[in-house]
Amino acid sequence: MNKKNNDACTEFMQETSLSRRNLLKGVGLTGAALITGASSSAIAQSSLPQPSPARIPVTEAFETLTAAESAALDAFASRILPNDDGTPGAHEARAVHYIDRGLAGAMAASRELYATGLAALDAHAMEVGNTPFHLLSTSAQDDIIDAMTRNAIPDFAMLNLGFFNTVRTHTIDGTFSDPYYGGNRDFVGWDMIGYPGVRAGSSQEDVRQGRALAPSRQSAYDMPTYTKNPAGPASARSGGATHGQ
Amino acid sequence: MANENARTDVVVIGLGAVGGVAVLPLVSAGLNVIGLEAGGWMTTRDFAPDEVRNNLRDWPQAVPKAKSEIPTSRANINFEAVQGGGHPMMNGVGGTTLHYWAQSWRLNPWDFKTVSETTRRYGAHRIPLDSTVEDWPISYEDLEPYYDTVEYALGVSGNAGNINGTLQPNGNRFEGARARAYPMPGLRSSVFTDLMSDAARQLGWHPFQGPAAINTEVYGDRPGCLYHGFCDRGGCHVAAKSSTAVTTIPEALKSGRLKVITHARVLRIVNDANGRATGVEYLMGNQVMFQPADAVLLASHTYENCRLLLLSKSRQFPNGLANNSGQVGEHYLSHHQVAPVTALFPRNLHNWYGLPAQGVAIDEWADDNFDHSDLDFIGGGNLWVHTDRKPISAAKMSTFDQVPNWGAQWKAFISENADRTNTSYTQKTTLPYRGNRLDLDPLIKDKLGFPVIRITAEYRENELRIAAFTQDRMEEWYRAAGATQIIRAGLGGAMGLSTHAYGGTRMGDNPQTNVTNRFGFAHEVKNLGVLGASVMGTSGARNPTLTAQALAWRTAEYLAQNWDTLTR
Repeated sequence: MNKKNNDACTEFMQETSLSRRNLLKGVGLTGAALITGASSSAIAQSSLPQPSPARIPVTEAFETLTAAESAALDAFASRILPNDDGTPGAHEARAVHYIDRGLAGAMAASRELYATGLAALDAHAMEVGNTPFHLLSTSAQDDIIDAMTRNAIPDFAMLNLGFFNTVRTHTIDGTFSDPYYGGNRDFVGWDMIGYPGVRAGSSQEDVRQGRALAPSRQSAYDMPTYTKNPAGPASARSGGATHGQ
Repeated sequence: MANENARTDVVVIGLGAVGGVAVLPLVSAGLNVIGLEAGGWMTTRDFAPDEVRNNLRDWPQAVPKAKSEIPTSRANINFEAVQGGGHPMMNGVGGTTLHYWAQSWRLNPWDFKTVSETTRRYGAHRIPLDSTVEDWPISYEDLEPYYDTVEYALGVSGNAGNINGTLQPNGNRFEGARARAYPMPGLRSSVFTDLMSDAARQLGWHPFQGPAAINTEVYGDRPGCLYHGFCDRGGCHVAAKSSTAVTTIPEALKSGRLKVITHARVLRIVNDANGRATGVEYLMGNQVMFQPADAVLLASHTYENCRLLLLSKSRQFPNGLANNSGQVGEHYLSHHQVAPVTALFPRNLHNWYGLPAQGVAIDEWADDNFDHSDLDFIGGGNLWVHTDRKPISAAKMSTFDQVPNWGAQWKAFISENADRTNTSYTQKTTLPYRGNRLDLDPLIKDKLGFPVIRITAEYRENELRIAAFTQDRMEEWYRAAGATQIIRAGLGGAMGLSTHAYGGTRMGDNPQTNVTNRFGFAHEVKNLGVLGASVMGTSGARNPTLTAQALAWRTAEYLAQNWDTLTR
């Protein structure tokens, strides 16, 4: 086991305990926020600590993935978008949280693929290095992923290009999605590719600045227009409530 | 039997691009109209700039009926048709105009006269032998007043190219003559469109901003576009996109003569012993309802128009309504929009906050705008580059075979190049052919147990030759603008599902080869009109929606003006 992975492991545990404290403080509120999709501005009025006004509170619990699955997937995603260069990657973006929440809902059709694929990944890692995948050295992880993309792991048919492509796609989705969905934490994905963030509109001068434009640092659902609070009078146009039968 | 509603003058099946337009001339003529819509109302508050919801998850807020009736597809009869992916269309008041790109082109006059003009200029032998193409029963000039009406009723922005025969400097010099300018100027230019326009002029071409059903200034009570960058499959958060949900439908509702019934899933059109349509049976929740009417306008999309006719079997029409000719589903085509060229530039293109309808068009190589004497195809392609870019799709950019598609090198590559790539959108002349058709799938059913549509269709030599020719022009253009890497996609095979789906109820004077007549009414059922691109016999080289909307207005007006003849 190398030092880097030990560090990553410790860091992960620290984050988990931090988040548990947050959960305890915000008990009830966080759950309600998830269910109603309330905007973070509503949360901001509560007693929750707010690192920045635009920060999306995230719960740390995995809804569908097991502890072993989430560890393997986080390590896998971290090799697709690594942090070796000193800048945030898929781990820092929390792409795994995006995937976990997706698998509980819109991406539920892929849940079984992840269960079998991640189990095979750990089983293969045990054969190769006598350790779960996430505790292998990063170069050993890379070797396995590279073999996967070449369909060159005959003993584990699940570890193929199709599974790689699914994880790659979802890792990208989670890293570059609106932070509302649990990934792209602190906008690290958008910063990575120079996207200055969602906004209600842009001027020609904004466009001229390109990636030099100051980032908006907000979720779509930070904008009052899209909150899922009940509509106030005259807040939306072309309302179905006033038309129709 | 079903619960029966009170009788109405006209029932319209579907309140999307075409049904949503047709209701306005109907109520204006004093007719009472019921619009049956499978989806519900959505408002600006539902249209967040959210790439996950719009582009990855297929609009979960719409709960579209279409998702349960995705057509199957195969290239030809040697394959088994398979179902896959999503449905290109959606349900909701306003239909797919809620989130379409809103490019609102008129067809070129040549598209209406492909057979006669090709014969005149090059000889009849130049029309592909296996094509079933006919001249349209009407000309561009016949449709021009309806194009004009719809452009103003909806709010279409654009720069005219030919007003009453006088060429205009900023528009499309190849367009058919129009009576007046667009109601609003075209969308603004950008860093990228300026770059591409300059390159086109170097090549001696005439670049222009294409027309769009998107406001560029206040029009009526709706604002101009804010350019927030989530227009692709996104509803407009300020209603600047001229969807029928915020234009013609609310206008028709003001009359008090339009009643909108949402979440109505139409099962079949009913006819009497004389072969007249008597009304429409639909499912609402678990209740089967019947809406009697003196006239029926079928205004779903091409796949569902054909499916509803084929499912509406009766003693008079054992093979489906208006299908004793066997022509329902024939002359089908999916627009050839594939075979793009993708370019990599050595500089940022500043395309964050762009939209699909903000771009540059080149029409030099479309339709019969260039001499085909020494070429081995007829027709051509409209070249289009646009400014749309969103973060997830940007990160999925091509690697141009320079790096692996994962790991540290890939991360560095997308960090540098996410805003340096562009993919062309080229729409090409597509013809109908023998063997390309829609019918009911023998095996695959929707949730209610009704068969879904089966597409059996593939592109032929003419389309593939246009595609190769167009890719040459596209690469030339990108290189002139400074692109350093170019990737060409395959030229296309099976037609497959498309938002640009044409034919199946083709319009023509000959009832042996066409389902509908020159006014869009069924040859076999005189009080049944069909709206949408399913009546179109050729694609042209540009988006179909405005043409389908102009035809819809014309069909509705014809119904109102010939009410007694059509309904008595």
